[in-house]
Amino acid sequence: MRLPDGLVAVVKRECPTCVLVEPVLRELGAEVWCQDDAGWFEHDDTELELSYRLGIETVPTLLRIQDGEETARVVGWSREQWEALTGVPSLGADLPEHRPGCGSLSVDPFRIDALEARYGGSGLGSRRVELADLEDEHEAMFDRGWTDGLPVVPPTLERVLRMLRGTTRAPGDVVAVVPPDLVECTVEKVAVNAVMAGCLPEHLPVVLAALEAACTEEFALHGLLATTYFSGPMIVVNGPIARRIGMNSGVNALGQGNRANATIGRALQLVVRNVGGGRPGGIDRATLGNPGKLTSCFAEREEGSPFAPLAADRGVPGDAVTLFAGSGVQPVVDQLSRTPESLARSFAACLRVNGHPKLPLSFDAVLVVSPEHGRVFREAGWDRARLVAEIEGLLTLDADELVRGAGGITEGVPEALAGRKLPKFRPGGLLVVHAGGDAGLFSAVVGGWVSGTTGSSPVTREVRA
Amino acid sequence: MRTVLDPTGEQQASVRELLPRPASLRGRTVGLLDISKPRGDVVLDRLEELLAAGGAVVRRYRKPTFTRTAPVDLRHEIAEQCEVVIEALAD
Repeated sequence: MRLPDGLVAVVKRECPTCVLVEPVLRELGAEVWCQDDAGWFEHDDTELELSYRLGIETVPTLLRIQDGEETARVVGWSREQWEALTGVPSLGADLPEHRPGCGSLSVDPFRIDALEARYGGSGLGSRRVELADLEDEHEAMFDRGWTDGLPVVPPTLERVLRMLRGTTRAPGDVVAVVPPDLVECTVEKVAVNAVMAGCLPEHLPVVLAALEAACTEEFALHGLLATTYFSGPMIVVNGPIARRIGMNSGVNALGQGNRANATIGRALQLVVRNVGGGRPGGIDRATLGNPGKLTSCFAEREEGSPFAPLAADRGVPGDAVTLFAGSGVQPVVDQLSRTPESLARSFAACLRVNGHPKLPLSFDAVLVVSPEHGRVFREAGWDRARLVAEIEGLLTLDADELVRGAGGITEGVPEALAGRKLPKFRPGGLLVVHAGGDAGLFSAVVGGWVSGTTGSSPVTREVRA
Repeated sequence: MRTVLDPTGEQQASVRELLPRPASLRGRTVGLLDISKPRGDVVLDRLEELLAAGGAVVRRYRKPTFTRTAPVDLRHEIAEQCEVVIEALAD
């Protein structure tokens, strides 16, 4: 779009300053484009293409064009500046000296993404998939195998561009190599899947950090996906970002109903499905699976917690995610214990059955301590390390009870271990998190998967903007 | 026309041709890969007996853990030393 040499202005009729300068613009014979009323001046920019391409932020904007190039620009009304730009003296003698302009429609937050998609040359590299006119757009997502069984938000260019505003990272940056297909996954691909999951742009940094953590060697996502076991990635979020993006760490923290919790966990799983190629019945061979494989994400309730934030205790203070190979939630009921010793015994008794009561050192676990249970530890001055040490002491098991055949159960440890003491959890294999609503003397155990170097270890990563 | 961005890894589904199947295993080197799942050795021990009786040369291999794909070195070792490989997948 080549502009004529001379004066060009962009206005909108809704702007009182634009109305004020109308006679001046007509007197100057400027080429005037109007954003909201095609008939006001001779040029129509109601599609906002010119405004977008010129980077107009304020109306009125007056430009001087020479050889097709902009050589000067003023915004709003200022007699002094307009006279300097035009070289015409005594402009708008009956106008005030100065009036600020109004915001340009082309930078309206509700319009900017559509304009960028239409005129911006987005630079995004994902293949464009055209939907047929008669296709229902939601059914089209199912038909292409892109969903987890629930509807997804169609990832239009406009929506993906809006999502990418949630991060300072370049769309082409590689976030991780995603199994099972070992595909280099860019920020852009994460954004596409985050749109589908229903994320807001401010959720994207958490999804990026979660994906980075999930794709580390020690997390063993390939095996976690391929296993016949129940497990899938569970995300625990720490730091001020959790509250800022509206995450739930309180009532029903592990349940439904919170957009950030639900969509962040879902976005990670959609990346694994769509980018990594990990699909149930394909590489994912889970015998039963668990509902958390749709989404599993919550924030630690840091306020009022007896414990330091989980991620901080694991060496990453501030905004962070901790990934755990979670296999579903088991309730822990104790409505009578009022001492930390008694409550720790209840926890230990429930944790002993993790996986199987006769299998030690096999599966990690996350113990989610509710506020009413947490208060008992806070008032007694027990921190996380104290509680874990207590539980580990209580779960140092007599191998004679665990060997194959003991208790009439064939499952168990080899006979050769008889006579020994065996810990239920490997060092670092029991994580403790504080979450939940104010009322309820219930905590929860989230069981893990094959743990440690032969399987998956929890991974904590910083969330970056 | 509505357009969406492809959310997948955009890996074209490539069809890979199977290698020609040997008519007989007699005299061939057959690798048996234990993926380190419990009792994988039971089935592999029996297979080794049967293969040896059939005149095959058997070599045994083991992955460090079933939770991860086989290390590159192990895959190369098997590819260089064997003509056929059998993997014991599970418990």
